[in-house]
Amino acid sequence: MARLQINGATHEVDVPEDMPLLWVLRDVIGLTGTKFGCGIAQCGACTAHVDGKAVRSCVTRVGTVADRGITTIEGIGATPHGRALQNAWLSLQVPQCGYCQPGQIMSAAALLSEVGSPSDAQIDAAMAGNLCRCCTYVRIRKAIKQAAASQATAQRT
Amino acid sequence: MNARVSRRHFLRTGAVGAALVLGFRLYAARPASAETSTAGLAQFTPNAFIRIDSEGGIVLVVDKCEVGQGVYTSLPMLLAEELDADLDQVAIVPSPPNEQLYADPILHLQATGNSTSVRSSWTELRRAGAAARQMLIAAAAAEWRVDPSQCRTERATVIHDGTRRQLGYGALAAAATQQPVPQDPQLKQAEQFKQIGKSPLRVDLPGKVDGAAQYGFDVRLPGMLFATIASSPTFGGKLNSLDDNPARSIKGVRNVVRIGGQGFDVGGYKLHLDDAVAVVAENTWAAQQGLAALEPAWDRGPNAHLGMDDVVRALEAASDRGGLVARHNGDVDKALSTAATRLEARNYMPFLAHAAMEPLSCVADAREDSCEIWTATQVQARAQGIAAQVAGLPPEKVTLHNLISGGAFGRRLELDGIALAVAISKQSGAPVKLVFTREQDIRHDLYRPFYHDRLRAGLDASGKLVAWHHRIVGPSIFARWAPQALRSDGLDPDAVDGAIQMPYAFPNLLVEYVREEPPAIPTAFWRGVGSTHNAWVIESFVDEIAAVAKQDPVQFRRDLLGHAPRALAVLNLAAEKSRWDKALPPRSGRGIALAYAFDTYLATVVEVTLSGAGLVTLQRVVCAVDCGSIVHPDSAIAQIEGGTLFGLSAALWNEVTVRNGRVEQGNFNDYRTIRIDETPEVEVHLVSSREAPGGLGETGTVAAAPALANAIFSATGYRVRQLPIIKSIEELKRRA
Ligand code: FES
Ligand code: FES
Repeated sequence: MARLQINGATHEVDVPEDMPLLWVLRDVIGLTGTKFGCGIAQCGACTAHVDGKAVRSCVTRVGTVADRGITTIEGIGATPHGRALQNAWLSLQVPQCGYCQPGQIMSAAALLSEVGSPSDAQIDAAMAGNLCRCCTYVRIRKAIKQAAASQATAQRT
Repeated sequence: MNARVSRRHFLRTGAVGAALVLGFRLYAARPASAETSTAGLAQFTPNAFIRIDSEGGIVLVVDKCEVGQGVYTSLPMLLAEELDADLDQVAIVPSPPNEQLYADPILHLQATGNSTSVRSSWTELRRAGAAARQMLIAAAAAEWRVDPSQCRTERATVIHDGTRRQLGYGALAAAATQQPVPQDPQLKQAEQFKQIGKSPLRVDLPGKVDGAAQYGFDVRLPGMLFATIASSPTFGGKLNSLDDNPARSIKGVRNVVRIGGQGFDVGGYKLHLDDAVAVVAENTWAAQQGLAALEPAWDRGPNAHLGMDDVVRALEAASDRGGLVARHNGDVDKALSTAATRLEARNYMPFLAHAAMEPLSCVADAREDSCEIWTATQVQARAQGIAAQVAGLPPEKVTLHNLISGGAFGRRLELDGIALAVAISKQSGAPVKLVFTREQDIRHDLYRPFYHDRLRAGLDASGKLVAWHHRIVGPSIFARWAPQALRSDGLDPDAVDGAIQMPYAFPNLLVEYVREEPPAIPTAFWRGVGSTHNAWVIESFVDEIAAVAKQDPVQFRRDLLGHAPRALAVLNLAAEKSRWDKALPPRSGRGIALAYAFDTYLATVVEVTLSGAGLVTLQRVVCAVDCGSIVHPDSAIAQIEGGTLFGLSAALWNEVTVRNGRVEQGNFNDYRTIRIDETPEVEVHLVSSREAPGGLGETGTVAAAPALANAIFSATGYRVRQLPIIKSIEELKRRA
């Protein structure tokens, strides 16, 4: 039995310690916004936050994250970075099929919490683990910059 | 447009309660062959519906699958424009499966593919909106006793300014059902458009940024179990024996089933499923653990030693045979024999997997007397058909819930996932969600064919192209997927697509097709279909000819485009925007490719730099596109951006290879996909046009590989004849 803090709510789950967080979120708890794409930490579709850091939930054993703060795409909009990114994603119409985008936004939110206004190189480094088969990368890059800029403006005002 | 049909476009299908339901026929301009095949239908059978209820709700039934291309926005925009409703006032409902009603006029099937969605609906959806609007106005004018021409409409409301009265469409719906149905409503001129040509927020996007969007992979039903699957590792292998105890001893595992080993025929569409083992459990993880614990004893079967040499040798041998003539102008042999310079080339294009981001998935609930499926499919009626066959039920007992797809690229034109999910559910007596692992998704895909092409060209003494001979050697996808689409002698129109309708004027031209099926490896459509293959071959060879003729690649193409003004315009625009004539640093190059595909003209310029180790860096991509009238320009740009990068990614790295009867690749670590740090700037320039719309979902992919290969030639002098480019790394290293 593990106790998980997800998006501010507590969930008691009866699952093996070595079950990946991804399948606990999706199949046991029913938070299906976090996606499966590869299962081997190659695509980033499963990205969630543990204590504010981006993790690949497909290779994160649930036993290692008990009682730590887990945030998923369903909860990221409640954070200023998450909200700013979602707004930028919509204003630039980033998603196509959309399947990779929860993971993209989660990686971008972790980036913005470390670097307020990331350079192209910092964006590349932080986002290179997130594949998009629809190849929306050009817009992802723009959207991260737009979100960062909107937050900088919000802070000044 | 066919006048007989156009007189009977619309039908008031009756007042349902107080709702106006207007049925209309999408795809009125059906080709003759399709007319006869649907002769059993009543003379006028609507296949699309708008419903306006008394609350003012407007619903459009959409027959296309949302795979990321934006049809859930672009199709309602067409209706809303003429109806004078706002996009947010039109809800959409996916169409039910029905082959006869929804057959796409270009595909002759209920299908989303070949970039036809907007092309097939452009006129009819607007006419339907205009007809409904005219009836609503007539109803309001009758009630107010005013002249209908004094009324105007906006935001789903009829307004009479003279008397300052207005009524919403909902309030008018019941009365509008009593009005005559106009059969030839007036459409807006392009300059009157208020919505077409704008880029409102796509309706599917809010749910795609907060995790709310529901894909097949996300469906949850009460009592649902989770399944994962492993098919015979070799093509055509058999399951000899299986001890299912190791899986059953894993906590959460409920069932182990043997499936597959079966062939299907759904209205001419053929699918073979190899033997497979599936584990059904309380969650995906337990199912995966259970599957990993099994050691099925596979008989490797007749293809146990199959390798790429077998595939390539067979294609090369076939290339010495004469082919079916796809197009012949002038006298190629004579022109070649008298040419001052002759060139020959052989090209090779590999098998490719689709590897959509959402692995194949399907939820099925197969019961004694009914079957429900939740998935994304590009072929709704066939999906229903195969589910019915597996469930042992008549098709009408199968309900399909067609969801959005996490990418498709042609993968969801196939029905293996649905057949397997229904079989597993039936054997497990419960609703089951089947999800493929990425390995299963890549190793048990149906693949873009391996093609081998041979080309010959002749130039006269002045360097002018006088002869062109293209022989295409490869399998026929249509022979399996829709044999009715083959020409009577067996010519596959997809195999020669893009090769017989080039924008260039060649005086002597021969295009042939030799069908050669690879042993055991199933082939299928992939983004850009025939055009992606042929554009690569043709545009590489045109570039090569230009080099031999010592002419600039852009100028050489210009000279061949005297009668193709739209092609010439995109070529010139791409050259201008890419600053074609500006010098580049050493080890850098620019390449151009021109394509005419899906009724769209596209020219792409790719700029690359090579490292000393022969690695290619994409520096910049410029695309110039003339796709006629554009419904949603921002989506048009997005499709070209994404489609181009998708094609560049495949051209650089992707191939599926077979060794000892098995696919060697299995996940993104060995089936490499472009990442953000490898992505160049992509500029897309749209030509403003009022021509009928062209397709966009696949077009970007078509020109990508040749533009890249030509850029590599310009940087290194090395002509890529084999994809992916990474195979030429040693050669590139030597030249860099
Ligand atoms: S599913 Fe976790 S990184 Fe791909
Ligand atoms: S939007 Fe389709 S995979 Fe990224």
